[in-house]
Amino acid sequence: MLRKLEWLKSWESLLLAILVVVVGFNAVSTPHYLQVGNLINLFHLHIEEIIVALIMTFIIINAEIDLSVGSVMGLAGCVMAFMWERKVPIEIGIAAALLTGVLVGAFNGFMVSYVGLTSLVVTLAGLIGYRGLAHVLLEDRSIGNFPEWFDRLGQQPLVGPVPLALIAFFVMLVIALVVLQNSGFGRYVYVIGNSKDAARYSGVNVRRVKMTLYIASGLISAFAGLLLAARLGSMRGDTATGTELTVITMVVLGGVSIFGGSGSLYGVLLSILIVLNLRNGMGLLNISGDTQTGVIGALLILSVLVPNITREVRDIWSRRHRAQRVQVVKEQKGG
Amino acid sequence: METIKRYFRPEQLREFSLVFLIVAIFMFFGSQIQGYFSPRIFNRVTSDVAIITVVAIGETLVLLTRNYDLSVGSIVGFTAFFVGKQLSFHPDMLPLFALLLAIGTGALMGLVNGLIISYGRVPSLIATLGMLAIYRSMLVAYPGNKIVVTSDFPKWVLDLGSASLFSVGGFDIRPVVVVALLILVIFQLVTAYLPYGRRLYAIGSNPEAARVGGLPAQRIVLFAYMLCGTLAGLGGFMFMVRYGDLNTAVAQGMELQAIAAAVVGGVSTNGGIGTMIGTVLGAFMINLLQQSLLRWLRISNFWVDAFLGLLILVAVTIDAVILGRLRDIWARTGLETRPGGEKGPVEKEEIHAA
Repeated sequence: MLRKLEWLKSWESLLLAILVVVVGFNAVSTPHYLQVGNLINLFHLHIEEIIVALIMTFIIINAEIDLSVGSVMGLAGCVMAFMWERKVPIEIGIAAALLTGVLVGAFNGFMVSYVGLTSLVVTLAGLIGYRGLAHVLLEDRSIGNFPEWFDRLGQQPLVGPVPLALIAFFVMLVIALVVLQNSGFGRYVYVIGNSKDAARYSGVNVRRVKMTLYIASGLISAFAGLLLAARLGSMRGDTATGTELTVITMVVLGGVSIFGGSGSLYGVLLSILIVLNLRNGMGLLNISGDTQTGVIGALLILSVLVPNITREVRDIWSRRHRAQRVQVVKEQKGG
Repeated sequence: METIKRYFRPEQLREFSLVFLIVAIFMFFGSQIQGYFSPRIFNRVTSDVAIITVVAIGETLVLLTRNYDLSVGSIVGFTAFFVGKQLSFHPDMLPLFALLLAIGTGALMGLVNGLIISYGRVPSLIATLGMLAIYRSMLVAYPGNKIVVTSDFPKWVLDLGSASLFSVGGFDIRPVVVVALLILVIFQLVTAYLPYGRRLYAIGSNPEAARVGGLPAQRIVLFAYMLCGTLAGLGGFMFMVRYGDLNTAVAQGMELQAIAAAVVGGVSTNGGIGTMIGTVLGAFMINLLQQSLLRWLRISNFWVDAFLGLLILVAVTIDAVILGRLRDIWARTGLETRPGGEKGPVEKEEIHAA
């Protein structure tokens, strides 16, 4: 009986409880919250971030980090907008943007896995540098007026009430779930995250796995950047600044350890839902975007701090308990 | 060769090459740009470097312990804006009190960071990424209108920004520059000679060994964050004095500049390696190069960030590839020159075991 209830103590069930509270609060405070339109809107307003969160889950489980995702999104969108501004057909611009993502990801991956630099520093340089390149391309112009079909893909529903980006997210979610939880590659991601050296000595090609992940991260970020450009209908040099904070928050809140090797996509999915509902709820309460970011930041810290403190308290508790028992045993022996 | 190795460490090579690069930059652009050695450029570069220097020295303290502080930009922004607001409400506030207010605010923010990281055991990346957002949103949520303009300030603030303590042929030495130099001297001495400074290196080089060796690592890291916050608060005060016009985006991204300065100056992000002088030389070189390139190529301001990212990567790669090898050579000769030859210490252990 007790074993059956063991899952209640897991991180995922805590997330589920929080989610129920947030959704319940939203549903009670706004009458049309539970309508299909609002629920799709809920996803659609942050669809780029949650798409990038999928690949970030892989990277953090692999004990690395990619701080440059927001800048890659901006850079890819700016490459496309820059070419569109010069009358290049948009299809070629899209291809060039995706290629940019691959190249940038390959560069990050090369620096991390072959040169052996810390991923934090490499992607921090990327965060500054790629954003700088985006500013170089568009300077302070705002490029819009994309072809009508491009904007429609980003803004209008594609199948029934569901827009393209949402379909893309669910397809990628299924692929990510299968790859991470059920494939050999997914096992490698966990093994390397647990111990890079142990993985290498067991014959896992660590460099190739890391390289693959960073290229995928670049490509997916570029794709997300294009979705953002289509959704907003225009691109600027500073579009998608600060995305990395929300994305990392979603992943870490989902129970993925920042030191790698543990966590699951189910947890990340739950935390994505929590963050989206929280933002939606705060938006309904007229809380500004910057304050929302602050709340997300606090959530990020608390998601690590609270488990640490509870573990500490539990440790102290059990140590005291054990000390008492030892004393009792000693007294019995003495008597 | 042996004597060279004894009196000369790979880290110093980094500092010498930075000095060499700075001189080379001076020579090159001096011949390319007319009026390059003018007081205007000098005053501009030194004042800018002074602010980033103070912040980067705090960041270096934290980096030495194998931690990061990504929230310094927000701390600088908040203290500058907060103290600016207070000064516009209470123009008769004593200058010293305003300074203490800035430093105290920074110290408090650093203390919060330190408590979360060293006692709450939250990884520094997570904690300061979150605090970056929190401090910035505190600034945005600050009641009242969102800007402070020069005319809001009492006169002494504006005077302090453009005053010169002494000037040599138009080359002013501003108070901010003197403050930065003082901070540099103090913290170079602290990290090089005081027990506290050496413990920062010990924790950064091997946290586990430092803990087993009995160092109060938590307290030391907490104090490092507090010092970092304090210096960021001082940086915020200097920022306010220097620029006067403040909005809610002030000093955004300064944490990246501070880390860039430290990394270019030879501070390792894996902790335990680096000096304050290196950091300051890094800050100086980055700023000088930026200002010079802007004037030389007439390239737009937009190139600055792309360039900064590249510079960080080059610096880290050089560190990993060249300096890593040099350190190996030094470490090996260190073993060989020990009395009793290469196996000296090992034999001792064997005796004990027998």
